[in-house]
Amino acid sequence: MRIRNHPIIDFKKKREISFYFNKKKMYGEEGDTIASALHANDVKVLSHSLRYKRPRGFFCGIGKCSSCFMTVNDIPNVRTCITPVKENIKVMEQDKGGELPNKQFINKDKKRIDVEIVIIGSGPAGLMAALAAAEQGASVLLIDENHMVGGQLVKQTHRFFGSREEKAGMRGIELAVELMKKVVEYKESIQLMLATTVIGCYKGKKRHNLIAVQKLADGDQLFEINGHKIIVACGALENMLAFPGNDLPGVYGAGGVQTLMNVYGVKPGKCVLMVGAGNVGLIVSYQLLQAGIMVDRVVEAMPKIGGYHVHAAKLRRCGVPIYTSHSIKEAYGKEKVEGAVVVKVDDYCQPISGTEENISCDTICLAVGLTPSIRLIEQIGVRTEFILEAGGHVAVHDSSMQTNVRGIYIAGDSSGIEEASTAMIEGQLAGVSAATSLGYDKNASEVKRKCRSALKVFRSGPFGEIPRVGKEKIACCYRNGGLTY
Amino acid sequence: MSDKIFICRCEDLTKEEIDQAIDEGYKTLEELKCKLRLGMGSCQGRGCLLLARRLLCQKTGKSTEEITVPPSRSPFIPVSIGTLASDKDE
Repeated sequence: MRIRNHPIIDFKKKREISFYFNKKKMYGEEGDTIASALHANDVKVLSHSLRYKRPRGFFCGIGKCSSCFMTVNDIPNVRTCITPVKENIKVMEQDKGGELPNKQFINKDKKRIDVEIVIIGSGPAGLMAALAAAEQGASVLLIDENHMVGGQLVKQTHRFFGSREEKAGMRGIELAVELMKKVVEYKESIQLMLATTVIGCYKGKKRHNLIAVQKLADGDQLFEINGHKIIVACGALENMLAFPGNDLPGVYGAGGVQTLMNVYGVKPGKCVLMVGAGNVGLIVSYQLLQAGIMVDRVVEAMPKIGGYHVHAAKLRRCGVPIYTSHSIKEAYGKEKVEGAVVVKVDDYCQPISGTEENISCDTICLAVGLTPSIRLIEQIGVRTEFILEAGGHVAVHDSSMQTNVRGIYIAGDSSGIEEASTAMIEGQLAGVSAATSLGYDKNASEVKRKCRSALKVFRSGPFGEIPRVGKEKIACCYRNGGLTY
Repeated sequence: MSDKIFICRCEDLTKEEIDQAIDEGYKTLEELKCKLRLGMGSCQGRGCLLLARRLLCQKTGKSTEEITVPPSRSPFIPVSIGTLASDKDE
């Protein structure tokens, strides 16, 4: 099911690519990942689980969970949601852990890269950090595990809020293109490595050490990357919710669905139940309507809508009801989602019996918050604290975005869940700070001052209150050595 | 009858199994990891540890801050031994 008519994105038919799924010939389009091509062919079951042999499908769409693992050309555990589809590849459903073929398919020596600043993640924070550091004169290596740059900007078709200086009024998809153009202009100083995942990081005295794996057509390549400064901008992961049937194919992260439809032009299903009325839930619901998909309703466990009023109003005008104090009780279906039961909840989020309502839908989107991706930098000894307002455990950092480990910086959602606009400013701040600590200085203190005052403006509004408190707590932790004093 | 509730999708662990282990006395995430392989699957606990932490909070009355998350170790994603073995000088 492809989207052809869309009010914002032009989804022209592209060159067809044929591939095999369980020996059956199928067609994807140029630009598809394996998972999106399969979805366009209405294949929702990608694997069966280890112990209970349950059907499993796509969830996060950005390579962070493990739901989309399949065997591709005999290699098991391939993350199909971020692996582009290629002509004649053989994709197989994977049962159990998968088995490696006997033939030796890796015979490459490790490569070593030495660079001044390494940036992990090429989303809004990572791109801005790379540009800011390059503008100061530093040499930068920008790494991303996806096959394209832009992080989550590439799926954001809505216009951003804020001031003109912070790119308000622009859509994420346009911003990603604009920033990428600038990165290309700096090609002398910004080296780009895509389809590369950092699998471990180690602390050094002068330089920090990263181990990364790059996916290449002829097998994986191991890299040892030595960087004087490391900026971690690897975003966040969508939260899962515990309810019966929560692993059925068709239960997706709202962001995963947004990726599927706005990046690859594939419909997730015909009728959607949205769980969560924060900004993500509201925006994705509206974008589902734009893609020609029905949204049955939005349910929100809290007594009031969490997202911006404008987004909720747009949705209501289109006839989509928003049920506050309601939650999902269960999902049901044989091989994939066929329906769900929603229920009214009391002030303690406990279901009130007798208020159950059955909904027939084929897709359930979970927009129940994000958790900062900090598991990687925990390995290097970066101190983390649980700060509810920042989305969970976050890395503690100072006002220059540097963590307690010297030379390790953090920016964007991994330093506390916020918006793309603030992630960009934080990225810029981290990039300039890292460059100045290496001795570069082109009006750096002025740039930093501007960044800090822009962040302050962003967080001063009523909707900036939660991130502002989160950031204040982070600053407090940095100074005092923890919240538990 | 309602379907199973999954907490850890990689290792296929249900809420029932985790609840039972907590009742048996496995009261930290580290202990649950040792018993059930919670968080040891291919995504390395990115989704399940938070859900399991919530179950622990509910059952033990502890606050979220009091429950430590097991340390993160490399490799972060599934990597074949062949790829890691190309690191010849160590």
